[in-house]
Amino acid sequence: MACMMSSMSTSDLLSSDWLTSEHSTGTSIMAVEFNGGVVIGADSRTSTGAYVANRVTDKLTKITNHIYCCRSGSAADTQAIADIVNYHLEFHEVQLGEAPLVKTAASVFQELCYNYRDQLTAGIICAGWDRRHGGQVYNIPLGGMCVRQPFAIGGSGSTYVFGFVDSNFKQGMNQDECVQFVLKTLALAMSRDGSSGGVVRLGIITEDGIERRTVLGNELPRFYEG
Amino acid sequence: MYANPNSIINPSLWPNGPAPGCFFNFPGTSVTSTSSKSGIITRTQSPVTTGTSILGLVFDGGVMLAGDMLGSYGSMAKFRSIERIIKVNNSTVLGATGDIADFQHLKAIIEQKVIDEDCADDGFTLKPKALHTWLTRVLYNRRSKFDPLWNTFLVAGIEDGEPYLGCVDKIGTAFSDSKIATGYGAHIALPLMREGLEKKPQMTKEEARALLINCLRVLFYRDCRALNKHQIATITKEGVTIENNIELDTNWEVANFVIGYE
Repeated sequence: MACMMSSMSTSDLLSSDWLTSEHSTGTSIMAVEFNGGVVIGADSRTSTGAYVANRVTDKLTKITNHIYCCRSGSAADTQAIADIVNYHLEFHEVQLGEAPLVKTAASVFQELCYNYRDQLTAGIICAGWDRRHGGQVYNIPLGGMCVRQPFAIGGSGSTYVFGFVDSNFKQGMNQDECVQFVLKTLALAMSRDGSSGGVVRLGIITEDGIERRTVLGNELPRFYEG
Repeated sequence: MYANPNSIINPSLWPNGPAPGCFFNFPGTSVTSTSSKSGIITRTQSPVTTGTSILGLVFDGGVMLAGDMLGSYGSMAKFRSIERIIKVNNSTVLGATGDIADFQHLKAIIEQKVIDEDCADDGFTLKPKALHTWLTRVLYNRRSKFDPLWNTFLVAGIEDGEPYLGCVDKIGTAFSDSKIATGYGAHIALPLMREGLEKKPQMTKEEARALLINCLRVLFYRDCRALNKHQIATITKEGVTIENNIELDTNWEVANFVIGYE
């Protein structure tokens, strides 16, 4: 139901798709490491069946000042998880006396997503910067595994851009190159995935915190549209 | 008495007569393939490549149809140049929602009808209401065989000098009205069209176009299966014009006011 291809549901008055489907961040999300930080990006569509419940969603959720997560899957599940991780990290930061590691946040995500794997539909990309290891991206897909990657893509829209990212990613990109890479990838995913759309929300996380940007729907890069 | 519903021959009713729960094949008609075990035919499909809403609006002197150019493959925006609105003849236009394969099947049959009519050369051309009625018969019959054409059609045109707009769905429900929308359009666009027509029942062509364009824009915002690339067809006494590849301006400024989710 959430972000998978399924047969078309008939919408009759008693059981329309938007009455019986849960809120899903159908989604295209992405994060890329660079020397000095990470660039995170997401689309802005929340769908209930084929209805766009929110066309300007913010799927880039703050965990700490330097750690953010990109949420895909069930909107309710990912919000609940993010709130819990936020709580744990806030507490941890007070105990520690300094900013927590990105790995720690990813680890808390993993614990929740793994132990409750049968009850959750949550695909999360946890990314940020810390003083010890610099920019890091951790991909935590559906079953609750956690793996660090130089870049990660997720959500239903990601299936359309695996070829693009595999052929266009280069090690050692700088911040601006990463931003362009994320923008192009998300624009391509959004133009093919019905569950993704709207605007692209970007976040650039460095030692100085996060710089947020929004690229509106009519300003996105355009590709072949035949 | 009725030994088992699987038996095709039931002497207590009439020779070779119908068994309960099964189709009775009237003599002289061709039979669609059945499983010999149960005799009950069900071939109700699920649609594969589909088109979303079509909007239709009657204005002063004509009628307008609008729809996007997307063929969705489930949630994938697979085919982005599908023409779902076609000209049938100089006084009729047809728009289709639903399975594109079924639409193309009917499109070929209708195009052949037009050719045959042209060959007959008797001065008669297919009128919109006639096409509508024919479509209704076809769709209802298919539904009655549990093998529907998974579409909703909008027929628009000029019938005896007056604008005509009619709708038929996959189960053969047919009606005509001054404003019709299919799919998500029925929920989102139709209220906007009703409001517009209540304020001004005899709209000009430009006003109708502006109203439809606004509806298309809202549908692009709110329908996951919509594309920002449209067709608009206008039918008046002068004839039929279909504009393709129309892209609408969109406003995303509200996104700047949203951070987080509480």
